[in-house]
Amino acid sequence: MSTVGIVILVHTAFDRAEQVIRHWVQGDCPVVVHVDVNVPDKTFQMFKDSLSDLKIVRFSDRHRCEWGTWGMVAATQSAAELLLTKFPEVRHAYLASGSCLPLRPVEELRSYLDGRPRTDFIESATTADVPWTIGGLDAERFTLRFPFAWKKNRRLFDLAVRAQRAVRYKRKIPEGLTPHMGSQWWCLTRQTLSAILQDPDRKTYDAFFKRVWIPDESYFQTLVRLYSQNIESRSLTLSKFDFQGKPHIFYDDHLQLLRRSDCFVARKIWPRATRLYGTFLSKDPTTLKAAEPNPGKIDRIFAKAVDRRTLGRPGLYMQSRWPRHERQNGVTSSPYSVFEGFAELFENFEYWLAKETTARVHGHLFHPDRVMFDGRQDHFQGALSDSAALRDYQPQLFLTNLIWNTRGERQAFQFGPDDQQKITQAMARDRNAQISVISGAWAVPLFLSNRNFADIRVDAARMQRTEDKHLKVLRSADTKARVRIWTMADFIDSPMEALQTIVDEMTGSSVRRLTEAPRMVDLQGFGQFLQNLKNQGMHPYLMGDFPVENAMPAPKQKVRKPYLVRK
Amino acid sequence: MGFATSYRLRLKRKRYKLRARRKGRELQALANRTADIRDGDVLLFCTMRNEDMRLPYFLQYYRDLGVDHFIFVDNNSDDGGAAYLADQPDVSVWTTSASYKQARFGIDWLTYLQMKYADGHWTLTVDVDEFFVFPFCDTRPVRALTDWLDSSNIRSFGAIMLDMYPKGKVTDIPYKRSDNPLDIAPWFDSGNYTISRNPKLRNLWIQGGPRARVFFRNRPKKAPALNKVPLVKWSKQYTYVSSTHMLLPRGLNLVYDDAGGEKASGVLLHMKFLDTFGAKAREELARGEHYGQSAEYQAYVQGMKDSPVLWCKWSEKYINWRQLEILGIMSKGNWA
Repeated sequence: MSTVGIVILVHTAFDRAEQVIRHWVQGDCPVVVHVDVNVPDKTFQMFKDSLSDLKIVRFSDRHRCEWGTWGMVAATQSAAELLLTKFPEVRHAYLASGSCLPLRPVEELRSYLDGRPRTDFIESATTADVPWTIGGLDAERFTLRFPFAWKKNRRLFDLAVRAQRAVRYKRKIPEGLTPHMGSQWWCLTRQTLSAILQDPDRKTYDAFFKRVWIPDESYFQTLVRLYSQNIESRSLTLSKFDFQGKPHIFYDDHLQLLRRSDCFVARKIWPRATRLYGTFLSKDPTTLKAAEPNPGKIDRIFAKAVDRRTLGRPGLYMQSRWPRHERQNGVTSSPYSVFEGFAELFENFEYWLAKETTARVHGHLFHPDRVMFDGRQDHFQGALSDSAALRDYQPQLFLTNLIWNTRGERQAFQFGPDDQQKITQAMARDRNAQISVISGAWAVPLFLSNRNFADIRVDAARMQRTEDKHLKVLRSADTKARVRIWTMADFIDSPMEALQTIVDEMTGSSVRRLTEAPRMVDLQGFGQFLQNLKNQGMHPYLMGDFPVENAMPAPKQKVRKPYLVRK
Repeated sequence: MGFATSYRLRLKRKRYKLRARRKGRELQALANRTADIRDGDVLLFCTMRNEDMRLPYFLQYYRDLGVDHFIFVDNNSDDGGAAYLADQPDVSVWTTSASYKQARFGIDWLTYLQMKYADGHWTLTVDVDEFFVFPFCDTRPVRALTDWLDSSNIRSFGAIMLDMYPKGKVTDIPYKRSDNPLDIAPWFDSGNYTISRNPKLRNLWIQGGPRARVFFRNRPKKAPALNKVPLVKWSKQYTYVSSTHMLLPRGLNLVYDDAGGEKASGVLLHMKFLDTFGAKAREELARGEHYGQSAEYQAYVQGMKDSPVLWCKWSEKYINWRQLEILGIMSKGNWA
């Protein structure tokens, strides 16, 4: 009296297949089994014997089922024909594999299909609209020839494809067919299925599809369009494929997910997933649900897994992710800020910045003696050490590690010409870097220092050379960092405006005005200091033009005054 | 990196195999139960010396993971460990008193046994202080992983060595036989690893962690390598090159993705830093049987004298594999 018949294709894990077949039979569904010809006769016979007590199980003619070849379709045809002739009461034929597992009671499937007696459930989309094709072959699956096996002779396969493309070879698609593709697991009505199998032109179609690549994903999907009155283009079998086109596998820990998905059948199940088989094949008297299948959550999990494999986590460098330069997809994982010259020009700049932005503000991370972490700790997030030797061993990984370890908290640090310069290139290439430079501000500590002028002159010359080189890299055409460079003279002309821009970018808002200005060091006499350097034959140019008499023209001081709240 | 290099590496591999055959003669079977190995069994290979204390928990851990058969090489233990192993129903043991160093730090012995027994099997090669963690290891047996690797046509699986340490001094809590070392030393460094690529064998060379941070903070280049490829679908053609850091043929070392994605990978929790460590380091230094004039052990003995605390404020406490995944130390890849 059953209206649902099952076609099962089996080639391995026979004990599991037997369990599933018994489950279908217990639910009064006739089953036709196809066993791959590659399975040894002894195994086949044992399998057949183990099911011999079941009256409504039949075995169809055996075909060779190699992946991507016609055998799969031939097997399905034979088994489906047998099902339709031997079990005249069958109205829907459900195609499943040995590793498919029914998730809902058979009764629910039956009543679901009884409510839709004329509907064919088969995923069927035109080749232009499917994103899941392997090897970039969609329409060409139908128009090229594939003399070599993709799995065994990938090179020859690719070569053959390229050769045919080169000479623009194209097979003719039989009249009236529009190529469609989709999941090979379908559920068709007797009317549709028999129409396909008894089509007067079937010979032509079969001959055509024998040469199509992976015909099991296109044969029924295409022909169904000729006969079906009502196609529901989705598969009732939950089956997800990863980026290499192989099915995702379900394990015991997917139990709750599968249960909540309300799908009728899932594939593929790991043969040793004892809990899954135990749970879903048990006959527990649950009340029948009429829920629609909802595989959304599982879809998302698998889509995420594919992203993890193909895109990875940007800015993470680890044992199984080591991208080549051009494939880095971002040097670091999140935005950070680099300040050059600010800590020199302002007193307590780090403290001020931390207060204004809630960022984690470090000192000179690339200081030659020691890593100056926030609070001058000897270790930081991720157990990064303050050892300069460890940092300089691979400075870029030091930076990427730091940014990765502190995901969720913006990092800022000071940089200058006295620091380890090897990191410049990496920062310049990094879209996440926000680099703000007050060029020439390194001269301020020299100006304030109590040292011999001859030594100061030597240091000034060295630092100017270093910073100049650094700025050249930052200004080069392939810099991806957000770079802002002011000469010191320009900057002190209107410091608040510049600071506001930087802070807005860091906090992502432009609403809040800076309430408190950082206190600038006293620059009285700085112009003279620069002039002295000039007089000694060293030409300081990075700080812009300072008048000799007063570093600050008198009226400017007045403008600056309102910000000096703490004075 | 052309034909010439490939050919030289091929010769190198052949030489190692010959060497392993020769060194295999040094082995004497204490218990050979390899006839019990069935098709598809996952095997574990290990060489050890005087580790009786650690053996019970080690066996239990890997049995729970789903390892089917253990193959040990005992290098002249005098603490009864070999006899203990010989009594286990799923263990085969060979013993030798020959030099560990002369046997390429035990690799020759293992290569010999792997050649003989591991062909076609998924094979874990670990030390007694290494505990393999892989994605979903709390809900899926290792067989689930190897089946998945098989279906993905992957032959080798990488796992970084993660040095675990206690919170106080390494010597504070004594390790007793059968203890879970993770209870004593659950802390690790989560984000201070450095990586470079070895162009010749194509493996990544990873350093860092507490050993670099404490013992090698002034000469990081000398810090020990942490990259390992412990799980391999073995073929008799294969051989490890230096410990389990890399293999020949070198294609097996490509356990990372270089196009931006992440391959699936695991972790070896390295339980070296228990109270037994100081004594072990001194013993090993005296034997001089380790790599590079045992330079590593010299550093340890020195370092243990001055500052035996590896823990710092930013150390991370181990919870499970998901934590390691989120921290970016290992990856699920596309396994879900």
